[in-house]
Amino acid sequence: MQTLDLQDVGLRTVNATLHAQSEQTNQTAWEVTNPRGAHAIACGLDAPIEVSVKGSTGYYCGGMNQQATIHIEGSAGPGTGENIMSGKIVIEGDASQYLGATGHGGLIVVKGNASSRCGISMKGVDIVVQGNIGHMSAFMGQSGNLVVCGDAGDALGDSCYEARFFVRGKVKSLGADCVQKEMRPEHLELLTSLLEAAGIDADPTEFTRYGSARTLYHFDVDNAGAY
Amino acid sequence: MTAQDSKGIPLTTPRLSATFTPDVNSDIRRAAATGIYDIRGGGAKRKLPSFDDLLFMGASISRYPLEGYREKCETSVTIGALNAENPIELDIPITIAGMSFGALSGPAKEALGRGASAAGTSTTTGDGGMTPEERGHSSKLVYQYLPSRYGMNPDDLRKADAIEIVVGQGAKPGGGGMLLGQKISDRVAEMRTLPGGIDQRSACRHPDWTGPDDLEIKILELREITGWKVPIYVKVAGARPYYDTTLAVKSGADAVVLDGMQGGTAATQDVFIEHVGLPTLAIIRPAVQALQDLGMHRKVQLILSGGIRSGADVAKAMALGADAVAIGTAALIALGDNDPKWEAEYNALGTTAGAYDDWHEGRDPAGITTQDPDLMARLDPVEGGRRLRNYLKVMTLEAQTIARACGKNHLHNLEPEDLVALTMEAAAMARVPLAGTDWYPGKPGTTY
Repeated sequence: MQTLDLQDVGLRTVNATLHAQSEQTNQTAWEVTNPRGAHAIACGLDAPIEVSVKGSTGYYCGGMNQQATIHIEGSAGPGTGENIMSGKIVIEGDASQYLGATGHGGLIVVKGNASSRCGISMKGVDIVVQGNIGHMSAFMGQSGNLVVCGDAGDALGDSCYEARFFVRGKVKSLGADCVQKEMRPEHLELLTSLLEAAGIDADPTEFTRYGSARTLYHFDVDNAGAY
Repeated sequence: MTAQDSKGIPLTTPRLSATFTPDVNSDIRRAAATGIYDIRGGGAKRKLPSFDDLLFMGASISRYPLEGYREKCETSVTIGALNAENPIELDIPITIAGMSFGALSGPAKEALGRGASAAGTSTTTGDGGMTPEERGHSSKLVYQYLPSRYGMNPDDLRKADAIEIVVGQGAKPGGGGMLLGQKISDRVAEMRTLPGGIDQRSACRHPDWTGPDDLEIKILELREITGWKVPIYVKVAGARPYYDTTLAVKSGADAVVLDGMQGGTAATQDVFIEHVGLPTLAIIRPAVQALQDLGMHRKVQLILSGGIRSGADVAKAMALGADAVAIGTAALIALGDNDPKWEAEYNALGTTAGAYDDWHEGRDPAGITTQDPDLMARLDPVEGGRRLRNYLKVMTLEAQTIARACGKNHLHNLEPEDLVALTMEAAAMARVPLAGTDWYPGKPGTTY
């Protein structure tokens, strides 16, 4: 295990060291100590390494992640895992707003709750939240899956495209063009695999699926009020 | 003989309303027929105070000119040396503005890259990600970071020579984008992670930050991801240029791109283009003032765009304090957009060469603002690149001609003192004297 004390070496050294790890690195286990809510920790990683951040993080931890597994042993600030491409981010505590914004791939797991705009404009990322999510989550979601074991706030999936949403609890309200959909066997299979990948023990049959009604895919004056 | 009615009373001349003009009436009829606002490409078409309302005074007994063909007039510019390990070094201060693959064809993007590279300047991606054609043919490529984040990925980010965080654009300050289904080809759809053929919307706000405090952190993140190697620009629409420039600089931008309302868009509501935002002439002095007040003028570069057409425009922008300019619409015209040789086809589309602005419909006869393979094939990217290079060279020569006449051995040495205004409005906006006077509206110390 390699240790980087953020207060000691500074953010630039932490990230530069992690960026220097290649595809073939033998140093695959890293820990970042004393994060103290710093921003942009472990962003832009691109190697099959595991990084444990020993505390809470500020904005954009794990931003644009590729390949790496990042474990945040605390709560995570806004935009954590934004534009993630691949790999995995696990947050032990709660996640602030914009979690996984525009993420193209990979998996983000939140053991606590996620705030508003969780998965905003998601483009292929899978997000699994053990608790609740806030309002306007998955706004303009294009692709990927958002799994919520608790409740969802107002306007879930507003103006979404092809992203899928699975919610076990209540949804306060659905956003424009987001509707409840039938849970077919392939969706149960997908949900089972997502929960398994997230390490969360929940019964897939207790979830409801939501997604786009696709009525806003083409401009129509009769839909003008929905925009 | 005066026309008379049946009783022999002279008829008055038919008089069109200055309020309900034929243009306005056609807008009303169109709205009544369709129930939806008009969408078009391009920038503001209305008559605006502009660089045409300014003149250089040139040399005289009190100012010595430089010899036109003997004495050098430098044109190079460095952008982003404040924080970046590898600032952008350009031979000329005229860059190519951001335009998306999707809005433009692949060959058009390639032609822009070829032309810009041959002229020693940069080109810029747009709301659709980076294409290999564009990267491959652009020696200096600026990668736009937009609210939609279509095609955004860290690999392309690291291939860029600079990053431009787009907060707004002059044609639509506060507006998002749209790309209608007919231009969402399979390739465009794949790059944007969208179903093919749908009408695609782009958000107007970034999904993971709001306000200058967040922007500062976003810039930090992008610098960390790219190892502090490349400059980070912030592009804002001409709305509140003093405050927007101040906030961009305080957020850590290496360069501010400021876009006036004559700057084009791929597609937006006509009402937005014509009625929101400020003319390019009106935005530069407040922005320069902001940089000067922060002690950052010439340290953070100011790139001005929005209706720049000629070397005279370049020289005027630089005299008023810009470090460089960006062109979009003018570059497309250089490639062949709105060329009269396609007049019959423009007529078939209900328009005429010079007025064609339905870029969003994808039926561009010049093969530039389209994804139709047959139309796209009309633009030879090599020839297009050559034309753009020629145009950029001419603009540079024109700007040098003016600078030498003003006794300046670098375009950056042009200054407001070299200029006068032809109208009160231009004098007030540019803060240079009305020609023949030593006064402009709002001049400090002036009493009314």
